[in-house]
Amino acid sequence: MITVESVSKSFGGRSAVDHISFQANDKEILVLLGTSGCGKTTTLKMINRLIEADSGNIFIDGKNIREQKAEDLRMGIGFVMQNSGLFPHYTVKENIETVPKLLKWDQKKTENRTEELLSKLSLSTDILSRFPNELSGGQQQRVGIARALVANSPVLLMDEPFGALDNITKSDIHSEFKSLEELKNKTTILVTHDVQEAFELGHRICLMDNGKIIQNGTPKEMLYHPENDFVQDFFAANRLLLEYKITTLKDLYPFLSDFEIDFSEDSDIWTILQKLSLDQHNMMQYEKVIKAFNGYRKSQIV
Amino acid sequence: MMQQSLWQFVSEQHEKLFTQITQHLGLTFLSLLLAVIVGLPLGIFIARRRKLSGSVLGIAGILQTIPSIALLGFMIPAFGIGATPAIVALLIYALLPIVRNTYTGITGVDPAVTEAAKAMGMSRKQLLFKVELPLAMPVIIAGIRTAAVINVGVATLASFVAAGGLGEFIFGGISLNNTNMILAGAIPAALLAVLLDQLIAVFQKIKYHNFRRFWFVIPAAVIIFGAVYLSASLSENKLKAGFTPEFMGRKDGDLGLRSVYGLNIHPKVVNDAIMYKAAYEGELDLISGYSTDGRIKAFDLCVLEDDKKIFPPYFAAPIIKTKTLQKFPDLEKTLNLLAGKFNDSVMTDLNFKSDYLHETPEQIARNFLIKIKLYKNPQNGNSGTVKIGSKIFGEQYILAEIYKLLIEGYTNYRVETKTGLGGTKICFDALMNDAIDFYPEYTGTGLLVLLKPEEKTLSIVTQSAERTYRYVNSEFQKQYGIQWLQPLGFNNSYALMMRKKQSEELRIKTISDLKNYLNSN
Repeated sequence: MITVESVSKSFGGRSAVDHISFQANDKEILVLLGTSGCGKTTTLKMINRLIEADSGNIFIDGKNIREQKAEDLRMGIGFVMQNSGLFPHYTVKENIETVPKLLKWDQKKTENRTEELLSKLSLSTDILSRFPNELSGGQQQRVGIARALVANSPVLLMDEPFGALDNITKSDIHSEFKSLEELKNKTTILVTHDVQEAFELGHRICLMDNGKIIQNGTPKEMLYHPENDFVQDFFAANRLLLEYKITTLKDLYPFLSDFEIDFSEDSDIWTILQKLSLDQHNMMQYEKVIKAFNGYRKSQIV
Repeated sequence: MMQQSLWQFVSEQHEKLFTQITQHLGLTFLSLLLAVIVGLPLGIFIARRRKLSGSVLGIAGILQTIPSIALLGFMIPAFGIGATPAIVALLIYALLPIVRNTYTGITGVDPAVTEAAKAMGMSRKQLLFKVELPLAMPVIIAGIRTAAVINVGVATLASFVAAGGLGEFIFGGISLNNTNMILAGAIPAALLAVLLDQLIAVFQKIKYHNFRRFWFVIPAAVIIFGAVYLSASLSENKLKAGFTPEFMGRKDGDLGLRSVYGLNIHPKVVNDAIMYKAAYEGELDLISGYSTDGRIKAFDLCVLEDDKKIFPPYFAAPIIKTKTLQKFPDLEKTLNLLAGKFNDSVMTDLNFKSDYLHETPEQIARNFLIKIKLYKNPQNGNSGTVKIGSKIFGEQYILAEIYKLLIEGYTNYRVETKTGLGGTKICFDALMNDAIDFYPEYTGTGLLVLLKPEEKTLSIVTQSAERTYRYVNSEFQKQYGIQWLQPLGFNNSYALMMRKKQSEELRIKTISDLKNYLNSN
């Protein structure tokens, strides 16, 4: 669990982060969302002390981060950055083994763990001897994630990790990432400016602007209970799409009758509609889902 | 006489050549190693404290612009002569490229990569050794390559301060008008530069991983060359002798000392500009010099008597092309105004004024002409320009100024002086190519360095100074169309000299005394 208490940071007199407080729970992905320059990356980097906060306190599992050496703190925190940040002079293997080496793991344990992660991230062991510039962008990002996960650290920080990928690669990695077992027992904080990504991956979202948190809540709360016009306007452009994506089949049960297609109850409506729309025979089902969704939506907005 | 080919010269002198190459490599490697030891940490330091980078790089840049000879000159009071001042000077020249490239290499590492390293929990030391240095290595090695090439070049000047190296052949060749000797020094120096550059380039291509396996090669090579250099440079002797490159190769020089006196004292080769000072400061005990040099008096040296007469006296006189005399009809009689106006003590006194009292050559020339009542105000004429040359020592600067005032006072010509031409060959070539119109030369140098007659002729014409003068004058007219005008009246000859105090203590008055002293134990 990460607790941020009234943390501020200014650069050359200009305030970048202004008395921010929030909490990221265990087994949760918390997304810091906002436009460029809103202070989200600064906030993230203060958690592993790449940037030192001017005031306020940050606790990881109840322990103040200032009370340990920065290096020790960072070894216990996985960090994924945009453009992977891989070491160009190290092979993939050496890149992934960096933190285990710093932690002085034995070689066998490191190798087993590396192989395990590669298969979880659907990477072949052939790439171990390659250098980062010989990999595709998607592979590099996966290796970057593997490097951050390898030491089993309880905290994972991600700074726009998928920002440099094309849309198709991005959605592939998103779905893999969401189903990654490794994340189930971690506290993850992810920084992004991509609204869809935030809704797709985040259990909770902190929407930031001008160094302040405007609203902190679940995706549904963001859409159906915005605290002010800023929040409302922020999602206006993607609103309908987002609503379809955050609503699950389970949510629609009260509004559905004799619906018989086997989707799991956690499937989102966007996916269901897309699948249904592929086949003319499903027209009836499709309209039923739309109708149910409209009913559900009315009940939420009241 | 048959001209010797380059190959003959090299095979005859191969031992010397080998020694010089080892010395040259030793100097280059040692200074390079020291420059890396100093420069690499300095570069890392200013990459950490970027505020300091401007001033540190600025200072290194200024050091780089000091002319190498001047820098060697500064080194002598602090480090004496020999390998130390040469290595320190080379170290200073190698510093800038190494510091600058280390700084550029480290600051050029992608900040995203260093941030990733920090985020993974690397300490500053781990960051430096695992990330920054490996990524900066190609740039750093490029800097070392530049430094190596600069050092091979500058190390040729090490011979000025008796540190050996290929400069001994190069500058000896220039003084002695021996093209083969120049090439025997210059070609290996150029090859060394190319080879060293390529050798270090190999390291640049090695990936950092493999580099860790190879890096010990460098210090090993440095230590080997350093050891060889030291063993090549050490010469056991009770008296430290330093001779000019020209003296080393002349019959009335080291060759004569060996053959007539049987004196073999393993002299170091040293530039005459610093030789006297080195003797004064006790860095050298025995030096070669000119009998009229003002520094003999200035530095309290004493000339050893040449009891077997290997340093015959020679006249000094201006030499000039017959063609030039026709072009400037008033010139000959003007130059001859000075004929016989000097004697040895007059010349020594003028030199003393320059070397010890630090009067400028212009002042000395003016006062001298006023004293002998030859001074006239300049006519500021405009019928053609006469170009006067001079070699690179005090006496020649003074003579050039005296001639300048004389010509300006007595003729309508304008005068341009080109002083400080580095050696007999350069002066003479300048005269032959009409870059200068005349310069004061010594009959002995004309005979032994330029004409190089056979043994038989030599023994006849060196019987008296007049004979030598007549012979060189007629031969120069025949071979080069150059005339020796009337002699100035002073004799200049080579001489061996020691500090007066030491010569009294050791009771060495003549060259034979010196020989006996060296043989005594």
